[in-house]
Amino acid sequence: MNEYIIETNQLTKSFKGQPALRGLDLRVPVGSIFGFLGRNGAGKTTTIKALMGLLRADGGSARVFGIPVTDADGSIEVRRRIGFVTEDKELYPYMTVEQIIRFTRPFFPKWRDDLEQRYLKMFDLPPKKKIPDLSKGMRSKLMLLLAISRGAELLILDEPTDGLDPAATEDVLRELVAIAASSGTTMFFSSHQLAEVELIADHIGIIDQGKMVVAGSLDDMKAQYQRLQVVFTSSVEMPSRWVEGVEYVRQEGRVVSILASHNVDAIVEQARALPGTAVERFPVTLKEIFLEHVRSS
Amino acid sequence: MIFRLNQSSGIPLYLQLIEQVKHAVETGALREGDQLPTIRKVAVDLVMNPNTVVRAYRELEHEGVLELKHGSGAFIKEAAGGRARVMRKAQAVVQSALERLAPLGLSEDELRRVFENELAQSHGPKRLENGEGNP
Repeated sequence: MNEYIIETNQLTKSFKGQPALRGLDLRVPVGSIFGFLGRNGAGKTTTIKALMGLLRADGGSARVFGIPVTDADGSIEVRRRIGFVTEDKELYPYMTVEQIIRFTRPFFPKWRDDLEQRYLKMFDLPPKKKIPDLSKGMRSKLMLLLAISRGAELLILDEPTDGLDPAATEDVLRELVAIAASSGTTMFFSSHQLAEVELIADHIGIIDQGKMVVAGSLDDMKAQYQRLQVVFTSSVEMPSRWVEGVEYVRQEGRVVSILASHNVDAIVEQARALPGTAVERFPVTLKEIFLEHVRSS
Repeated sequence: MIFRLNQSSGIPLYLQLIEQVKHAVETGALREGDQLPTIRKVAVDLVMNPNTVVRAYRELEHEGVLELKHGSGAFIKEAAGGRARVMRKAQAVVQSALERLAPLGLSEDELRRVFENELAQSHGPKRLENGEGNP
């Protein structure tokens, strides 16, 4: 088994001449919970569809479980080993909850009846109700049930908590964490909810305009990023050039705020050496990292 | 042991867990041989990534605070008791520093900032770097 369960190299895709992916490099470690972040239209859903073999990339390569997604036989195997929740949450409209479960089950040899029963109860899904009569949140839960019960090694979740109320969101996240803890299932999920990503993800990737702008372990990222606040006691005299690692410098009166992505000690030293300064350092949240990267690029 | 997380602090969650276990040992809330909740339980209770809990427990094991017994869980190690005595000494030092600071009339938040800033200047970054190298 590879170190990475998903691996793309320089993946490109255009729609009617409009580039959606511009050389995407994505690496999702086995056993991780990977939060895939980006603004609307950044290329998240296109990436997920390419991984699922639902659309064909123009260039570059993508492998899931080490199998190229363009491999016809491989693609079937890949889909059998993946649990999938899409953004549009389209399901067969003529089926009831009970019917779609019965319909899905035989495709997956590792189907877990225990999980199916558990989520049916926990999510309070009405077995006899037809899919179009379900609320958006109910449909999300049904898709999660179908994805989780198949005993997948990898869950690909496109906005899994979209449309859920806070209580249902908490339920879903808690279950995802429980599954990851007990079965070691890798999870790759896209989301706009930075707070939930910050809680359950151990790796993140931020995509902007079809390219990965930052990726890696969330803890490492938080250890490297810091915000410095430099207060000048008299006049503000900025250096002509900051050392490497300074992402932005903002000034308000005699207070200068610096976001450092790495090399923090050297930056602090440089700020200290300026005349009449007091330097303080603060931890940075995922939201700050995210906004900085999608704003500047 | 009940953990609490501060999501908005920006401090990595595994460091928050580590600090809380150490603090519980220092105050005597956790003693030698006490069992910590399983990784799954912590992850589910706090709705956080199990790998993050693993990382915190491993680091605590590395620092000699915990012992991880395969299959049965995490236990506070005997040696941790000696650390508690040292911590009580440190507590006394901080108490006297606080008494001397009292006439300045700083707020609690201000005191905390001064302390944390000094700490970050002298030790903070080094600890983070050490932490990174561990699995």
